[in-house]
Amino acid sequence: MFRDATLVAGKDLRLELRSRVTANQVAPFALLILILFAFALDPDRVVLDRVTPGLFWVATVLCALLAVQRACSVEHADGVLDALRLSGLEPAGIFLGKAAAVAVQLLVLEVLLGLGVVVLYGARLGGWLLLVPTALAATVGLAAAGCLYGMLAAGLRVRETLLPLLLLPALAPVLVAATQAFEAAFQGVAGEGLRWLGLLTVFAAGYTALGIGVFGVLLEDA
Amino acid sequence: MEAAVHLRGAVCLLGGFPALAGVDLAVAPGEVLLLQGPNGAGKTTLLRLCAGLVPLSAGTGRVLGLDLRTEARAVRRRVGLLGHTTGLYEDLTVADNVRFWARAAGAPTEDASAAMARLGLDGRLRDVTVGRLSAGQRRRAAFAVLLARRPHVWLLDEPHAALDQDGRDAVDHLVRQAAASGVTVLLASHELDRAVAIADRVVDVAGGAVSDPEPAPAAPAEPSGTAPGTDPGTDADPAPETAPETARVP
Repeated sequence: MFRDATLVAGKDLRLELRSRVTANQVAPFALLILILFAFALDPDRVVLDRVTPGLFWVATVLCALLAVQRACSVEHADGVLDALRLSGLEPAGIFLGKAAAVAVQLLVLEVLLGLGVVVLYGARLGGWLLLVPTALAATVGLAAAGCLYGMLAAGLRVRETLLPLLLLPALAPVLVAATQAFEAAFQGVAGEGLRWLGLLTVFAAGYTALGIGVFGVLLEDA
Repeated sequence: MEAAVHLRGAVCLLGGFPALAGVDLAVAPGEVLLLQGPNGAGKTTLLRLCAGLVPLSAGTGRVLGLDLRTEARAVRRRVGLLGHTTGLYEDLTVADNVRFWARAAGAPTEDASAAMARLGLDGRLRDVTVGRLSAGQRRRAAFAVLLARRPHVWLLDEPHAALDQDGRDAVDHLVRQAAASGVTVLLASHELDRAVAIADRVVDVAGGAVSDPEPAPAAPAEPSGTAPGTDPGTDADPAPETAPETARVP
């Protein structure tokens, strides 16, 4: 399973290196979101300061949506799904590989967004011991849930419009928990963010386990 | 010798419609079988059934001794399907694609290079992304993937489509070479002159039924679970454990 996951993750990251969709489209989109919020809320700097963690994670969730759509759409072009079914790759390995590739791309985008909130919103990042594990757990959760719902929607004709409707409500716990944990980290009260980090860890572990268990069925029905 | 592909009363319902209606067919190891028939006759469904990609609704089916109902995943690993689509990632190069699918099948990556060379995809073309290739070049790349995966059964749906004269000759040569090494080939084609020339046997497919002038050999009383080339009478382990997942084509 892990050999297959490594193979699929390598293939997906190579696809990104060749096509540069994340670099040329998703990353500018992420920065655009931050800039638009800055325009909308700049007159009230106090509000902007207070909502910075939430804006960071809203931007991340929207980027995750695009990354997941891209990750799933490449598997639907020109008979690739049939090729995957015939490949001998373990479905759990395919799921883990795709989720890992999405997670890597999201982590890069989060670094970019982090720089963005520092430059545009004047955020003072702190509480790294909480910030980093929160970002990692939230990213794994976003990637795992995203790939699961992405494949669930993949078999339907209206997948492009259906995926946001399915995925965004499912990602609400990540949005809330990651925002709360980041607020605690920014305010230097890391202890208060630990329970949110726990929720994120449970979410990530749950969706990863679910994906490993059911991805084969989704692959058959897609 | 046990048939590499053995269907008996195979029915395949797609959306309630009987795409295959009681097919009896046996294909020997190393045989090249041509399926001929009009559009919508059921040729593609028959090939996909043999690949384990569509479910058997009634009847029995075995490929390489493996049951299509209960061991479809093991069947899939041992067959190669070249259909109307290519199964290639458009944003990856030809070499990326062939290497990825070869590694996924557990085949050595050296075979990927050899496969590309045999399909005339060496040199500059290897490093071109598939999205920039012509239809014929994509078809060659898809065939290179099939070759690199080294399946025991080739299921070819219009393999000559979009290919130029050299490409068609190369495909014909590879099919005969594969058959000589024991690979079983099921071929659906409308290019009858060319296809008949490389086929050992021709069957007509019409209305989801197959007219096979040569009667299928009787199926074994008990599923033997052995792969072609292994003696059902020996103490060989069941095919999923013992049959190699890749075949060697010289």
